[in-house]
Amino acid sequence: MSPRPTGWHAGTVVDIRQETRTAKRITLDVPGWPGNDAGSHLDLRLTAPDGYQASRSYSIASSGESTRVVLAVDEVPDGEVSPFLVHDVRPGDALEVHGPLGNYFIWDPAASASHVQLIAGGSGVVPLFAMADAHGRGGDPAGFRLLYSVRTPDDRFFAAELGELADRDRIDVTYRYTRSTPDGWPSPPGRVTRELLAETTWPADVAPAVYVCGPTPFVESVSDWLVELGHEPRAVRTERFGGG
Amino acid sequence: MSFITRGFTGRGRERDPALPPGQSLVEDWPVLSAGPTPEIDTADWEFTVVTENGRHSWTWDEMQALGVEDVTVDIHCVTHWSKLGMAWRGVPLDKIFEEVETSHDYVMAHSYGGYTTNVPLDELLDGQAWIAFEADGEPLGAEHGGPARLLVPHLYFWKSAKWVRGLVTMPDDDPGFWEQNGYHLHGDPWKEERYW
Repeated sequence: MSPRPTGWHAGTVVDIRQETRTAKRITLDVPGWPGNDAGSHLDLRLTAPDGYQASRSYSIASSGESTRVVLAVDEVPDGEVSPFLVHDVRPGDALEVHGPLGNYFIWDPAASASHVQLIAGGSGVVPLFAMADAHGRGGDPAGFRLLYSVRTPDDRFFAAELGELADRDRIDVTYRYTRSTPDGWPSPPGRVTRELLAETTWPADVAPAVYVCGPTPFVESVSDWLVELGHEPRAVRTERFGGG
Repeated sequence: MSFITRGFTGRGRERDPALPPGQSLVEDWPVLSAGPTPEIDTADWEFTVVTENGRHSWTWDEMQALGVEDVTVDIHCVTHWSKLGMAWRGVPLDKIFEEVETSHDYVMAHSYGGYTTNVPLDELLDGQAWIAFEADGEPLGAEHGGPARLLVPHLYFWKSAKWVRGLVTMPDDDPGFWEQNGYHLHGDPWKEERYW
């Protein structure tokens, strides 16, 4: 696949909805957006009246040949950009974005491994949801699994969409709740462990393409265990977030 | 084409002049890597430079014996964070290239794990780059590229290859891993050379 042209674009906010207790889903219409691969990101830049600017990178939750670009922004306490996006942005506002960016942490249906394993921690699910959604809309035969570590049921991103994909057998989703579980959940809250990885994710012998995204300690532990479980380091793609 | 964002005033108003455009200050040290973190024992570690004239290599102890420096530098990640005034310890590339002859103008840095990044050779010399193995007084953790990483602080931090194991000189400026994946061939943070 040839890279898509990257550039600055003015987008208009067309929809905002509450995604989780602390996150908003922001849909932009971006005229001239060249489309983006599932898993890529963009830079978003805010400009104050005196010219002061603040920029951050955000994963894109949507993909394909569309000028609609979906972001899911979790508020970083004491942050500068995410609290503005979560609390102050309204439909009709213009936002400046640069992208699409990154062509490594992406899933290309035309070049997919037969098995794809997604492993998310918290809001790290956003680029992985883009992959699952692209798979759900396409006809590729890849077998998708998602292991999703999240604090509570209310903190799940794209819960309805993932449920719908699972109902259509396009993906097998395993939730791991770290703080509190739904009523009647078969296991108490806890972190992802090496044993849980071994039980619920594609084994190394089917040579899955693995994508891991989440906070650094989560990604470090998970990717170390995957290598211990026999996965080729080069088959494990990681993306971490940190910093404001 | 910038325009004012409705309602945005900004919070980080006292902008440090040491921050390049588009960067924000962090106090912690975020980690960015494309894959799992390799574990490398310094007993097995080797650093190799390959030029058109041959091959040179140094063990961990031989590298240290070239002469270690303490430096304080700012680092700038392409994902918009910067960390100012970091104390690093390492061997300047000048010491390595005292022992190496090449007419090539560019270098590809290679890492354990397969990562590569390209840098012009003259931007690695004259006190601009180090093979670094301590940061903020601690041995460099594996997640931050330990036991040793390239340190080229005047370029975006992806150029400071983690888990570095060698350099290959080259006549042309061929792109490395991130450069093939959308990032700028050069990467000067003061010119915001982030992407193609």
